Amino acid sequence: MNTFRVFYLLFVIALFPVTAFSGVEINEFSSAEMESQYKKLVNELRCLVCQNQNLADSNSELAQDLRKEVYQMLEKGNSDDEIIDFMVARYGDFVLYKPPFKPVTFLLWLGPFVLLFFAVLVVLYMIKNNQQTEVVILDKEEKLQAEKLLNTDVRNRNNKE
Amino acid sequence: MWRYLLPLFLFSVLVVFLSIGLYLDPKKVPSPLIGKPAPSFQLSELQYPDQVVVPERYRQNVWLLNVWASWCVSCRQEHHVLNRLARDYKVNIIGLNYKDKRADGIRWLEQRGNPYIANAFDEKGRAGIDWGVYAVPETFIIDQKGVIRYKHTGPVNQMVVDDEILPLLRKLHSEVGL
Repeated sequence: MNTFRVFYLLFVIALFPVTAFSGVEINEFSSAEMESQYKKLVNELRCLVCQNQNLADSNSELAQDLRKEVYQMLEKGNSDDEIIDFMVARYGDFVLYKPPFKPVTFLLWLGPFVLLFFAVLVVLYMIKNNQQTEVVILDKEEKLQAEKLLNTDVRNRNNKE
Repeated sequence: MWRYLLPLFLFSVLVVFLSIGLYLDPKKVPSPLIGKPAPSFQLSELQYPDQVVVPERYRQNVWLLNVWASWCVSCRQEHHVLNRLARDYKVNIIGLNYKDKRADGIRWLEQRGNPYIANAFDEKGRAGIDWGVYAVPETFIIDQKGVIRYKHTGPVNQMVVDDEILPLLRKLHSEVGL
């Protein structure tokens, strides 16, 4: 009976998604606005340890520390831009999920449009080429031959051959 | 002829770019701190808790900041390289003991040798944030004016020492006269 209880308890514990709890600190925000600011920031900032996660999703220690930092800076009254500048000064543009528009990132931002431009050129070129296919004008004999071919069904043709 | 060669050409361009991409290390994030003044901190010394480690004290010198921790596996790999740097080349190495336990850090130094002039004990990792630390070990080189000139992320090996660290240190020492 006792072992059953233990297993039952373990089963119930197993039902709870652990990952949903871990790595999330409980922060008391002084205003709802601050909380939404916080949520926006931790979603926009990348965790550098696990590079395809943002600060909000990551469980790494660094992400926890940086979340704490964001929280404390917000509570101190820093603006979004100040917090983002703080992060960029330390970790570079890489912490931003949305990289800034500047000479180094021109290719990143404009590259797709350049490709699109060339793709449109290629399509236009192909369309133009298609239109230029020669129109063949048939003389009388050829026309008759063509009609004959078109009117004979497959079985007939096979019989004749 | 062109219609067959052009796709082949475009494909080979793609192959070149993709193969370059294969050899890039996405973990190597360029540090925005290079060329910037070294961030300050005031932390207690790892082995001598009543002493304070302040980076400004090493002005006028070229020094290395090595971020390490006893829990960091690849720090083991580089430790003998640091020992050699300190012993054979008399390089000034300041340690930043990052998010560690004091006793563990001290034991590490006792067991593996101590290449550091001093170790700042950054228990909370706050100084680490200021230095943009995201993957221990990390190594910085700071020049006489207190400006960060170089950063290496990951364990330092002999190749990095020979090809990057020593040449830069020589260059910085020759800049003293300027």
